[in-house]
Amino acid sequence: MSDSHDIELRDVVKEFGEVRAVDHVSMQIKDGEFFSMLGPSGCGKTTCLRMIAGFELPSAGDVLIKGKSMGATPPYRRNVNTVFQSYALFPHMSVAENIAFGLQMRKVPKAEIAERVKEGLALVRLEKFGDRKPRQLSGGQQQRVALARALVNHPDVLLLDEPLGALDQKLRKEMQFELKSLQERVGITFIFVTHDQEEALTMSDRIAVMSHGKVLQIGSPTEIYERPNCRFVADFIGETNFINGTIRQLENSYALVETKLGNKVRGFLPRPLPLGAEVTVSIRPEKARLSVDDGHVVDNINCYPVTVERVAYIGSDTRILVRANGADRDFSVWEPNTRSTLDREEYWQRGDAGFLTWPAENALVLAD
Amino acid sequence: MAVDARATAPRVRPEQAERQQARRRGLQALGLSGPGLFWLIVFFVLPFVFIVIFSFLTRGATGNVVWEFTLGNYARLFTDSVFWQVFLRSIWYGLLTTVGCLLLGYPMALFIALSPPRWRTLLIFLILIPFWTNFLVRTYAWMVILNNNGLINTILDSLGFAKLTLMNTQGAVMLGLIYGELPFMVLPLYASLDRFDFTLIEAAQDLGANKWRSFLRVMLPLTMPGIAAGSVLVFIPTVGQFVVSDLLGGAKVALLGNLLQQQFKAAQNWPLGSAIAVVCMAVLTVAVILYFRSSNEEDR
Repeated sequence: MSDSHDIELRDVVKEFGEVRAVDHVSMQIKDGEFFSMLGPSGCGKTTCLRMIAGFELPSAGDVLIKGKSMGATPPYRRNVNTVFQSYALFPHMSVAENIAFGLQMRKVPKAEIAERVKEGLALVRLEKFGDRKPRQLSGGQQQRVALARALVNHPDVLLLDEPLGALDQKLRKEMQFELKSLQERVGITFIFVTHDQEEALTMSDRIAVMSHGKVLQIGSPTEIYERPNCRFVADFIGETNFINGTIRQLENSYALVETKLGNKVRGFLPRPLPLGAEVTVSIRPEKARLSVDDGHVVDNINCYPVTVERVAYIGSDTRILVRANGADRDFSVWEPNTRSTLDREEYWQRGDAGFLTWPAENALVLAD
Repeated sequence: MAVDARATAPRVRPEQAERQQARRRGLQALGLSGPGLFWLIVFFVLPFVFIVIFSFLTRGATGNVVWEFTLGNYARLFTDSVFWQVFLRSIWYGLLTTVGCLLLGYPMALFIALSPPRWRTLLIFLILIPFWTNFLVRTYAWMVILNNNGLINTILDSLGFAKLTLMNTQGAVMLGLIYGELPFMVLPLYASLDRFDFTLIEAAQDLGANKWRSFLRVMLPLTMPGIAAGSVLVFIPTVGQFVVSDLLGGAKVALLGNLLQQQFKAAQNWPLGSAIAVVCMAVLTVAVILYFRSSNEEDR
């Protein structure tokens, strides 16, 4: 199996004075992969990216590019290019000059530069904009120039530091698909840093979820969303309901949890945990059902009698906030609007009584 | 309210409204620029007009100005080799001072711009501190340092070295000029560098430019407005300097300022002095216009 690693971080630590920004991070990014580092601001994702680019050097550990240890190699000797959050286009150069810059620095012959600049402009569909100055372009166009400027150098890996952050919602969605298709066309490894989970889920082959300088989980978007390995990941990616409790019984990869609310929940264990462990059960709002009857569950397992508190109709779904009867605890549940109707009676109303239920495989039992 | 006003106001033809607006704007602009304009006219334009008029008049026997039109002052300037020597020397010193201030000032300004924000104010303050003391006094201080029995020579002497001739040399004049003008270079450069986005340097290095090349291709062109402003602020006063050349250069290194001072005071030849002033002004104005035009193109 030729699972060649384009980029590898080996037990990397980065300290800024007293602050440890990156705390023993290891990851291997495969050739041609669209890899995202996802996490809240200050989680160390940008620092990791900057260490790959060479703007920062690790305090300990090593960064390898194409199997070669980078040590203290300066950025201009690494075959890696970055798309900056602010784009960092050179304002005194035209679009074409911006794109040619990297090639000029690498002493590519003039005729070839002209050729490759043309290719670069075509790649991002800006053929007619070569003579413009960056400030004469829209945000989306500047973004594409930044991409072309990096990609014409045929880097081993393209680093993207929250490149869609400055764009408006609609353009952002468009650019997500454009980035993904661009990556598939050029076949270059992309490492993408973002705090936007939707962005990461849409585009990535694999995602590393980070928090406080540590990597919590690396996996495909479905793995990260459906099988988070800890409370933080479940909380950070998508929305979810948490119930705290203690494991009372174990059976294969399922656990019976006695919750703080007083009832029992059967849930799936993505990672083995011991009997008696304090756990958090995570139930995604779209994976629970609100129904008028209790579905004949035994012992109230995976079932709460609830009262509807608030209803938000958002078109595709109805997002409902329910309150567990006799407990000071709200749950959110999303009911897909599968029937087209204006009849209010078809939707849940505030004050309606019902039962919140879910199958055991939809409840994840996670370590606290 | 604005909507109501539009609904009830008599219908005005668009061109007419536009003209009214333009007139209002014109008055407003006059109101804002009026005081400054008045100041310039009274204290700059009028004196300069006198100077220009004087330059075409004749010197009387007692050093007074006689109302007799002549081109003689200019004729004398263009044929007098002493004047041209001083003129070229002044330009040369101006250029050297500008380059010296640039070479010293750029790293200083860069250092300040890269310092943590709370240090920057202090560092800028330190740059400004010399202005608390009169320039003349500070130049005297240099005399104390450079003198034959001054600070440097006393130290050299006590260490058993031979004394150096520091005062009344071209070197002393250059030192004094660069010392005096340096803040005027550092401040505009700092303003430029403070606005400079240092991510662009990272971008250049990311694209394969080493430190020197990213400086030359990115930082230098983008801080050109600061370099241009600083250079003009340093060059022009230097050309007209007379204090430094007088005190630190002895009588040996005459600059245009000395020549002017000499004509107006010792020689009592106001018309000739005026002619010198007019020629200097014309040459410098042209030089500055050319300079700004070239640096603006860089910026555009």
